[in-house]
Amino acid sequence: MTGPAPGVPRPSGRVPAGRAPRAGLAVRLELLGWSLVLLMASAVAFALLLLWSTAAGLVLMGAGLPVTLLATVAVRWFADRHRAWAGRWTGEPVAAPYLPIPEGNWLTRLGVVLRDPATWRDWLWLAVDSVTGWFTAGGSFLISAAGVFYLLYPLEFALTPAQVFRTPFGPYVHLGSVGASFVMVPLGLALLVLWYVSAVPLARLNAWVIRSLLAPTEQARLRVRVAQLAASRAETVDSQASELRRIERDLHDGAQARLASLGMSLGLAEQLLAQDPRAVAGLLAEARESTSAALTELRDLARGIHPPVLADRGLDGAIQALALGNPVPTTVDVRVPGRLPAAVESAAYFAVAEALANAVKHAHARRIAIRLEYERTAGGAGRLSILVSDDGRGGASFDGGTGLLGVARRLSAFDGTVGIDSPAGGPTDVRMSLPCELS
Amino acid sequence: MRVVVAEDLALLRDGLIRILQAYGFEVVEAVDNGPSLARALRTHRPDVSVVDVRLPPTFTDEGLRAAIDARARFPGLPVLMLSQYVEQLYARELMSDRAGAVGYLLKDRVSDVGQFIDAVRRVAAGGTVMDPDVVASLLARHEDDEPLRALTPREREVLSLMAEGRTNAAIAARMFVTEKAVSKHSNNIFAKLGLRRSEEDNRRVLAVLAYLQA
Repeated sequence: MTGPAPGVPRPSGRVPAGRAPRAGLAVRLELLGWSLVLLMASAVAFALLLLWSTAAGLVLMGAGLPVTLLATVAVRWFADRHRAWAGRWTGEPVAAPYLPIPEGNWLTRLGVVLRDPATWRDWLWLAVDSVTGWFTAGGSFLISAAGVFYLLYPLEFALTPAQVFRTPFGPYVHLGSVGASFVMVPLGLALLVLWYVSAVPLARLNAWVIRSLLAPTEQARLRVRVAQLAASRAETVDSQASELRRIERDLHDGAQARLASLGMSLGLAEQLLAQDPRAVAGLLAEARESTSAALTELRDLARGIHPPVLADRGLDGAIQALALGNPVPTTVDVRVPGRLPAAVESAAYFAVAEALANAVKHAHARRIAIRLEYERTAGGAGRLSILVSDDGRGGASFDGGTGLLGVARRLSAFDGTVGIDSPAGGPTDVRMSLPCELS
Repeated sequence: MRVVVAEDLALLRDGLIRILQAYGFEVVEAVDNGPSLARALRTHRPDVSVVDVRLPPTFTDEGLRAAIDARARFPGLPVLMLSQYVEQLYARELMSDRAGAVGYLLKDRVSDVGQFIDAVRRVAAGGTVMDPDVVASLLARHEDDEPLRALTPREREVLSLMAEGRTNAAIAARMFVTEKAVSKHSNNIFAKLGLRRSEEDNRRVLAVLAYLQA
């Protein structure tokens, strides 16, 4: 998949966990390793906090701009690693909420960074993590280390010089011999059990801290959504305007010109009727051809605006008709229980038509399969999935004037997406997806 | 010959009636919507009807549906469909009963009055008339097929004229050759496509269209 088209926003959605949760000792041992890493990371968090605060402080005194930006980059990278970790362990990705940093001088960049609420939430998280990290990651690591330590107490007692391990709890408890030191073993076992039980909840707690401070706030999420909608609306308006311009031009150069010439032919025929009936016959034949040509042009234009068969038969019939009219053998499999909103049907129809035209023109396919399916996602929202696959020579992409970029733009007005899987040599799969409800 | 005309635009309806009457047809009823058409076809059982695909009240393929329904009741009831645009899908549906006496033309073709009247008469006589646009797109579909590639350009021309529903005589006149030459071409075509030969014009048309629509 080459992902969404450039410039076409993809709606943010929750992606299911990339891996199945494992149980038992293995997961806890892995968490143990992570707790050590995260423990050290919370020390780093503190260092970064200091670095960033110092650098930002220097900015106030008129210096340290590059250092602040550098520290910001480091902090963001650091926070991103933690987001990835938390996403992995909770099975739900944590998105990064940053505003894009614009090109420009240091000052404008810093301005954006400082105005971005995510920067301050990062800062807050560094402060919180440099404390809570010791309790979550540190706690888990310490409990396991202590468990091992007490489990092996007799060994340590025997191997070390006298006096070192005689008093495990200060002067109150005194162990006289290796045999006596075995009383510490159950404590070790108890601590290991505690570690086993608490490792996952502590990791969850850590992930929760990360998520609650580093995930986008509702406001940030909405801001991104608004930006997406503004972009797709602008594109929709643009493409509609250019579509209208095209229609106007086609009418002007086509049917209107034909009708004008028809009028001229008829006028001339009227003049010549008395003197030269032979010439009149020629003019009338010309006039008839003019009407034919004008009708053909208008028909093509009407088809491009709204295919009549779509109005007659809905999406299912229109796609069938499209396949029947296609020079390459095309199979159609439509599984849509009922009608979709007219605008969605139209967008889906033109998307399929474009993908079909590509398969014929560019891929030189010999066989094409179209599949439309209406599904409900787990959340209950409806979605029309379209797959157009061909056995052609592949290499389809959004650039190269294939019209697929136009399809992506058109579908983006409906929060729809287009994905192309088309290795050189083929085959090609064009997948389109349109959120919609049955009407 | 008794004709029913179904066309919702008054301008075109009057034009059709005028042309048909000029050629000696008796227009027994002219209707402008689907339900009236269904009733008119039932009550008059005309020798031929000229029907617009798109009709009120739904402004969808109401005329087509009424015609297909009527032909289901009265097999072989001659109907010539006219439309602002042609679809393979509709051609297929019209022909699916294999009863003949059916035509499907673009409205533009009416402007060639002689050809149009000829089409109406052929449908009334049980023939099949298919718009050249439909035939061209059917042929394009089979462009790379082995049997069709074996045809000479001349044979392809005969094939498409045959698929439009023309008689041997008409094809001969149009291609400026003798009827015998056309019949030779058509024998070759049938041999190359592996179809059973038929002397009867209409059966031949149906066989060719069935082959192309497969």
